[in-house]
Amino acid sequence: MSVLVFADASKNGTLKKSSLESIVFAKQIASKTNSNVVVLLYKANDEGKQNAQQAGANKIINITNDLNYITDYSAVAKLIKKYAESENTNDIVLPFDIHGKAIGAYLSGLLNCGIVAGVTSLLEINGNTYKFKKNVFSGKAYATLSINSDKKIITLLPNSIPVQFDATNTAQINDVTESADIPLRVIVKSVEKTTTGDNIPLPEAELVVSGGRGLKGPENWHIIEDLAKALGAATACSRPVADSHWRPHHEHVGQTGLAIRPNLYIAIGISGAIQHLAGVSGSKTIVVINTDKDAPFFKSADYGIVGDAFEVVPKLTEAIKKFKASQH
Amino acid sequence: MKILVAISQVPDTTAKISFSEDGTKFNPTNVQFIINPYDEWYALVRALELKEAGLAEKVSVIHVGLQDTEPTIRKALALGTDDSYRIDLDPTDAFVVAQQIAQFLKQNPYDLILFGKETISYNGGVAAGILAGLIDYPFISNASKLEIKDNKAIANQDIEGGYEVVECALPVVISANKGMAEQRIPNMKGIMAARTKPLNVIPPYSYQTATQYEKFELAPGRSACKFIDPNNVEELVQLLHTEAKVI
Ligand SMILES: Cc1cc2nc3c(=O)[nH]c(=O)nc-3n(C[C@H](O)[C@H](O)[C@H](O)COP(=O)(O)OP(=O)(O)OC[C@H]3O[C@@H](n4cnc5c(N)ncnc54)[C@H](O)[C@@H]3O)c2cc1C
Ligand SMILES: Nc1ncnc2c1ncn2[C@@H]1O[C@H](COP(=O)(O)O)[C@@H](O)[C@H]1O
Repeated sequence: MSVLVFADASKNGTLKKSSLESIVFAKQIASKTNSNVVVLLYKANDEGKQNAQQAGANKIINITNDLNYITDYSAVAKLIKKYAESENTNDIVLPFDIHGKAIGAYLSGLLNCGIVAGVTSLLEINGNTYKFKKNVFSGKAYATLSINSDKKIITLLPNSIPVQFDATNTAQINDVTESADIPLRVIVKSVEKTTTGDNIPLPEAELVVSGGRGLKGPENWHIIEDLAKALGAATACSRPVADSHWRPHHEHVGQTGLAIRPNLYIAIGISGAIQHLAGVSGSKTIVVINTDKDAPFFKSADYGIVGDAFEVVPKLTEAIKKFKASQH
Repeated sequence: MKILVAISQVPDTTAKISFSEDGTKFNPTNVQFIINPYDEWYALVRALELKEAGLAEKVSVIHVGLQDTEPTIRKALALGTDDSYRIDLDPTDAFVVAQQIAQFLKQNPYDLILFGKETISYNGGVAAGILAGLIDYPFISNASKLEIKDNKAIANQDIEGGYEVVECALPVVISANKGMAEQRIPNMKGIMAARTKPLNVIPPYSYQTATQYEKFELAPGRSACKFIDPNNVEELVQLLHTEAKVI
């Protein structure tokens, strides 16, 4: 038996962090079920394959040719199904990111089996019943979720488990050419970017600097961006900020935006409405900077500064730069 | 063209969440329920806009749930939906919901099937994809814009850091993200009209279950906030390094 992971490589052929986490998670499942971890890669380079191996793969199948249907979620699900059958797999693990969510769901229908979506840890495996932990009610609670169908689709919430590399792990690596015979139905006409170049994707970011209406307008966002840059953090915002088009929609976090769980979330000029907290309360450490000492966000914060963002944030950016310089 | 919108009901966003004493069930006492925002604000409103633009002759909503969810369905009717279907079953997971809607569609074909991106209660975001997989329909996920032209759906499918402009022949299953439409408030006329619009109740189709929520726990609160002097941000940097160990 084997546990199959699908990890589409990023543009340059390396693996995304969320893909590596999925391989580590598959290894946890495989070690309890005496199975192998098979990783299906699409156009990975040598570094990508090596990372997959060191994250715990026993076998790597790397599709090397261009497939025009790779952007069509239903076609990708069919491709994975084909390998799940040839590799004798019942358990399929994917990251709970934008692609993994859609592909995993489609696979569940295609294989007519259950799915656990966005789990954060494996609790136990008892025969055919697997138990996982998962956040529910937008982070206000968590649940024990069990699944007992013969086949299982498991999607892992990004940033839930650490990636540990084992340099001694060996894997059989097969580079394959895939016949492009799955029909393409959803055709991509163009791809539009709403972020610039090398920004860190928000769902995977470990450090996040976020701004709210307290920043007064988009022309002031450089103080957020400067702090984010000094930290190596991604940027986020509250909903009214995205609604007013101060920032792109994909930066909107909260109950009706992205739910994220970085190690550090710095909230600047954000009041801390319950719908906002819903998307960020899973963060390990929360810092709040707000002029109003009674802002509700302070009740959910680990560290707080009562002060004007326009004064405090540039100072903090300088302090971070100094700290970083002292680390080298 | 006929449009079907799958709606779920969820606790109001400000609701205080609690569970039964043994932690096995969500406690609905004193909780206001609403239509899941993604289903109502984006999927349903866009469906109604397409009808108003003369591109669809009918908009129906479908909900898998017990009788106590009918006020939620009436609200969808009040917004301008033509008719509604309730499959009389407690929706224990998205797999069950998708199986029910799949069988409904076999008897009642629709050209465009719209879902919300995810429920804000259980945050699965999978029902639309499962349905599409079960009936082998094409699937557009996380669409923040949707147009219909020449029997094709043209959508912005959101991806990491941007979106893809995609095209797909009908029929298709699409999940709606923020941006597809703007929230509407039902007016008095709509609320009155909703009282007499059809709410068809359908007995559950056969189905299998695969997952179960066994136990819930409230997320632990944070310990008290440590306040730092705005003139001493260096202290914050130190604490983030030595105490929180996040930088
Ligand atoms: C169904 C529903 C869903 C929602 N979903 C979301 C969601 O997903 N995400 C979300 O964010 N919101 C969501 N909201 C909106 C939410 O209720 C709040 O309205 C919103 O989060 C407030 O945004 P804000 O904190 O940026 O603005 P405000 O509430 O206006 O807060 C601005 C803050 O900035 C502070 N401030 C002002 N000047 C300064 C300064 N110079 N320096 C420092 N601080 C300053 C103020 O003291 C204040 O606390 C939702 C609402 C509803 C009803
Ligand atoms: N009980 C239900 N009845 C009808 N549609 C539902 C139900 N539950 C979920 N949905 C639809 O499926 C979408 C995703 O739900 P989920 O996969 O549970 O997050 C929702 O936004 C709704 O459009």
